[in-house]
Amino acid sequence: MEIANVVEKWTGVVQEVTIGATKEEGGTRGKTVTIGGANSLPFMDFDGNPGHKPAIAMDVYDAPPEDWPEPLLKHYADVVDNPANWARKCAEFGADLICLKLDGIHPDKGNIGADETVNTVKSILQAVDIPLIIWGCENDERDNEILPKVSEATKGERCLIGGATQENYKTITAVCLADGHNLITQAPVDINIGKQINILVTDLGFPTDRIVMFQTTGALGYGIEYCYSIHERVRIAALSGDRQMATPVICDVGHEAWRAKEAKASDSEAPNWGSFADRGSMWEAITATTLIQSGVDIIRMNHPEAVSIVKKHIENLT
Amino acid sequence: MITLAERINGMFLDVKKAIKERDPSVIHELAKKQTEAGATYLDINVGTAAADQEDAMRWLVESTQEAVKTPISIDSQKLSVIKAGLEVIKNDVMINSAQGDPEVLDTYMQLAKQHNAALICLTMNKDGIPQNIDTRVEIAAEIAGKAMEHDVDMDKIFIDPILFTITVDQKQPAYMLEVFNQIKLISDPPPHITVGLSNLSQGTKEKSLISRTFLTMAIAAGMDTALMDVLDTELMDAAICSEMLLNKQIYSDSFLKAAKS
Repeated sequence: MEIANVVEKWTGVVQEVTIGATKEEGGTRGKTVTIGGANSLPFMDFDGNPGHKPAIAMDVYDAPPEDWPEPLLKHYADVVDNPANWARKCAEFGADLICLKLDGIHPDKGNIGADETVNTVKSILQAVDIPLIIWGCENDERDNEILPKVSEATKGERCLIGGATQENYKTITAVCLADGHNLITQAPVDINIGKQINILVTDLGFPTDRIVMFQTTGALGYGIEYCYSIHERVRIAALSGDRQMATPVICDVGHEAWRAKEAKASDSEAPNWGSFADRGSMWEAITATTLIQSGVDIIRMNHPEAVSIVKKHIENLT
Repeated sequence: MITLAERINGMFLDVKKAIKERDPSVIHELAKKQTEAGATYLDINVGTAAADQEDAMRWLVESTQEAVKTPISIDSQKLSVIKAGLEVIKNDVMINSAQGDPEVLDTYMQLAKQHNAALICLTMNKDGIPQNIDTRVEIAAEIAGKAMEHDVDMDKIFIDPILFTITVDQKQPAYMLEVFNQIKLISDPPPHITVGLSNLSQGTKEKSLISRTFLTMAIAAGMDTALMDVLDTELMDAAICSEMLLNKQIYSDSFLKAAKS
């Protein structure tokens, strides 16, 4: 009996997005990162081209994080007050990109000003040659004040800047468009809003091949299944020809995994949960390896051991 | 859904006149307007307008291609007219249509394969149009079988179970929905299902409403293609909305706009 051919034929392709620009391209990066390009589900290379491998972005904060547990903090204790050195360390740990999270510009977290932020960004660009993601503090007023200055100061570097939300997208979209950056469109675990924000920014003339979608990540045990289903549905829609959904996806694994009590509880608080030293990095690695199956293209991460595990896992799958 | 725009048809007086006078401006205008309205294919039918239908088909295809690159559906019951259209076709093409007799299907399947064309096949044969569900589905299955025999991709096959005017047979729309449901089961993947939607409301006073209402019912039952008035905005919007409600498109507040972009 002839065995039926079960290869899935998809009509759509996820847009390719390139982050970072070399000297020849008008920037200063030593290398660029291209994501997307899939016309099959993740790692299903027998169905079609699964596109570029997921890239790992490691987080750098503009102000020392206040709530990091010791097993994570110990890797960065000497650099948390120096973002440039922090970025250098991440590059050594194997990061494909640096994600500078501007938590410190939030009015409740330091209210750092535009000049200092621009200096921080410039210092990171000098310290490392990998591409840069710049993520606001999610306070609309402060993001609209600071991000345009950061965008202007990094013109030509083709950064990935975020995030544009349904309520606040015009300023950031306009500056990213003007300065040649890529844009993160953000939705609160809501596929309908995710599609809508993509339509809104493209209505302003923003090209779809410079958009990366973010659907507010949930970590293992904290809503990962919702996040997984949405990523999966986004990718299936993209592969089925929905152009508004055919943009690469970024997820925030590090921050979410290390907020989990399983990552934070010490040995004395949770004596039966396994070693505190390893629990958090395992939580982060499992969250990441689960989500890469759902169709994500950039994974934001924190712990060097988790990064190493996930990179190896991706290699094994490709 | 896949839409075949119906306006370039010699049954319409403006097209008839254009064919007679060989005035391409009317055809250019209809080709552009229907393309902008979202037509997947522009159906071209010379109707009874010309003495030399083959020459008229060639001229209509060429005139349409001067204005747009939209794929064309060459619509004629005569093989010679279809072949005349195929001679001058430049882009993707559909043949509309073949009847369901085995020897006719052999000829049309070969022609479709030769031109990499999509092919509409009617569920009728030399005995005429069947008046029941079973025979329509039986002919549909024979068509699918012929496609496999000729190694024509099922994605290129469009089964048309033939929709009559509502004033001729009012029982027909309901059983047509059952025909759609059964055609979906005859192969995996199934062929496309198409109808001449405007036939249904011919001679009625509520053409747009009747077309629109049946369209939403038919899409729910598995019909995915129609020869229709793409310039009827409410009709096109109903098609988009139906697909969204069936979860074929992801909802967003701008879903209508998104589907048209």
